[in-house]
Amino acid sequence: MVETILPLKVENAHISKRGKTIIGPVTFDITKQGFTTIIGPNGSGKTTLLKMMHGLERPKEGTLNWNCDLELARLHQAYVFQTPILLRRSVIENMIYPLRLKGMKHQQAFAKAKEWLEQINLLEASDLSAKILSGGEKQKLAIARALAPNPEVVFLDEPTTNLDGTSTREIETLLKKAIQTKTKIIMTTHDMGQAKRLSDEVMFVYRGKIHEFSAASSFFNKPDSVEAKAFLKGDILE
Amino acid sequence: MNDILEGMFSAFHLIISLDKDLLEIILLSLKVTLSAVLIASLIAMPFGAWLAVSRFRFRRMTIAILNALMGLPPVVVGLIVYILLSRSGPLGVLNLLFTPTAMIIAQVIIITPLIASISHQAIRDLWAEYHDLLISLNASKTQRIFTLIKDGKRSLLTASLAGFGRAIGEVGAIMIVGGNVDQLTRTLTTAIALETGKGDFAFALALGFILIALAILVNLAIHSISKTERASTW
Ligand SMILES: Nc1ncnc2c1ncn2[C@@H]1O[C@H](COP(=O)(O)OP(=O)(O)O)[C@@H](O)[C@H]1O
Ligand SMILES: [Mg+2]
Repeated sequence: MVETILPLKVENAHISKRGKTIIGPVTFDITKQGFTTIIGPNGSGKTTLLKMMHGLERPKEGTLNWNCDLELARLHQAYVFQTPILLRRSVIENMIYPLRLKGMKHQQAFAKAKEWLEQINLLEASDLSAKILSGGEKQKLAIARALAPNPEVVFLDEPTTNLDGTSTREIETLLKKAIQTKTKIIMTTHDMGQAKRLSDEVMFVYRGKIHEFSAASSFFNKPDSVEAKAFLKGDILE
Repeated sequence: MNDILEGMFSAFHLIISLDKDLLEIILLSLKVTLSAVLIASLIAMPFGAWLAVSRFRFRRMTIAILNALMGLPPVVVGLIVYILLSRSGPLGVLNLLFTPTAMIIAQVIIITPLIASISHQAIRDLWAEYHDLLISLNASKTQRIFTLIKDGKRSLLTASLAGFGRAIGEVGAIMIVGGNVDQLTRTLTTAIALETGKGDFAFALALGFILIALAILVNLAIHSISKTERASTW
C-alpha cells in the first residue's frame, strides 16, 4: 500500500490527432491536495489534457508518472465525464456499481450508496431508472458515484456547464466537501466565477499549451502571460 | 383454398380434443427447441459480447465468418452431425443418433451463429455507450462482458427469439439426426413433412397452424416478461 499516488509528474507530453498537435509539449507536476482548475477557451485542449492525466488518452511522446505504478494509481482515481455516462440501471444501482467492482460486499455497498443518495437529495429516486433524471440530477449522481469509492484524485470535465444555478451550487458544495476529506480535485471549467470560488491553483491552457500554472490568488490578481490577461479581461481569444 | 379451410377446421378440432399423441409432439418440439435456444444463448451471448469488446488480429474475419455461418444450410448441419454420431463415427459410442439430444445438438449448431451475430451487434452499440466509463472504472474484460450482457438483456432477448424462430420451424437437420421416430423424435415440423408425404394435407396443415400459434405464443410470453422488467429498471 502506498500513502499517496501523488505527485503526478508529466514531462514533455505530446498528443496529436490526424497530424495536428492537440496537446503539448507540456511539462507540469500535480502535487498537493486541494483544488486545481484548468481553464481556457473552447477547443484549447482542456478535455484532452484531463483525459491524458487519467489515462484515457495516451501521449504520443513524453512521460506521465504517478508516485506508484500506473495500475495501482488507476485504482485510486475517478473521472466524471462532461456528459454523464450512466448505466441503464436504477439510480441506486448506478451508485453501487463501482463499489461492487472494487469488491465491496453488496450489503455494504448498498448502505454506502444510500448515504450518498441522501446527501445529493436523490434517495427518493433510488429505484427510478437513471435515464429519467434531469440534467443536474444526472450530473450529481455521476459525481457522487465517482466520490463514493473514496478515490484520492477525482477529475471532472466541466461538471456544471449547461446546469442552472441551483444544481451548480449543489455540485460546488459537494466538491468542497470532498476537498475537506483530502480528495484531490482537478476540474476543467470555462466559468470564471466558479474558478475563482473553488480554485487553490489554476492552470491556464491555450492552444494545447500551458501558459500559466500558479496559485489561484496570484493568477487572478496578476497573471503573467499576455493570453491569460486577455482571457481574464474577457477579450475574445481564438 | 378448400384445403386451407379444412386445415384450419381440423387444427381447431385437434386442439379441442387435445389428442395425446399431438400433445407429445408439441411438447417434444418445445423441449428440443427451448433447450437448443438456451444452450446456444449460453454460448453465443458471451461470445458476441467478447467479440464486441475485444480487439484482435482476425476480428473482422471472425465477424465475417460468423455472419456467413448464419446461413448454414440445416440439411448439411444434419448430415455432419449424423456422420459424427453414427455408430462408426467419432462420437458413435455415445449412442445419441435418433434421440432428442441429437436433435438439440443439430439445432444448437444451426442457431448459435445467428444468436451470436445479433448479440454482437446489440452489445457493440451498448459498448460504444459504456466504453469510456468502464475503462475509467478499470473494469476487467470479464466484468465488462458481464455488465454489457446484463444491461443489454432486452436486445439479447430479441436475439434468443430470433434463434427460437429459426429452430422451431427447422425440419431438415432434425429429420436426419432424429429420424422422425414416432413417440420418440417426432416434432411438429417432421410430422408435417410426414403427413404431407402421405398426402394428408388437412392434417399437415392443422399441425402447421399449431406451429405458428405456438411461435406467436412464445414470442408474446417473452415480450410480456421483458416489458414488466423494463418498467422497474430501465
Ligand atoms: N478525436 C479527435 N480528432 C481530431 N481532433 C480532435 C479530437 N478530439 C479533439 N480534437 C480537437 O482537439 C482540440 C482540443 O479539444 P478538447 O480537448 O476537447 O478542448 P476543450 O475541452 O478545451 O474544449 C480541439 O480543437 C478539438 O477539435
Ligand atoms: Mg472540453
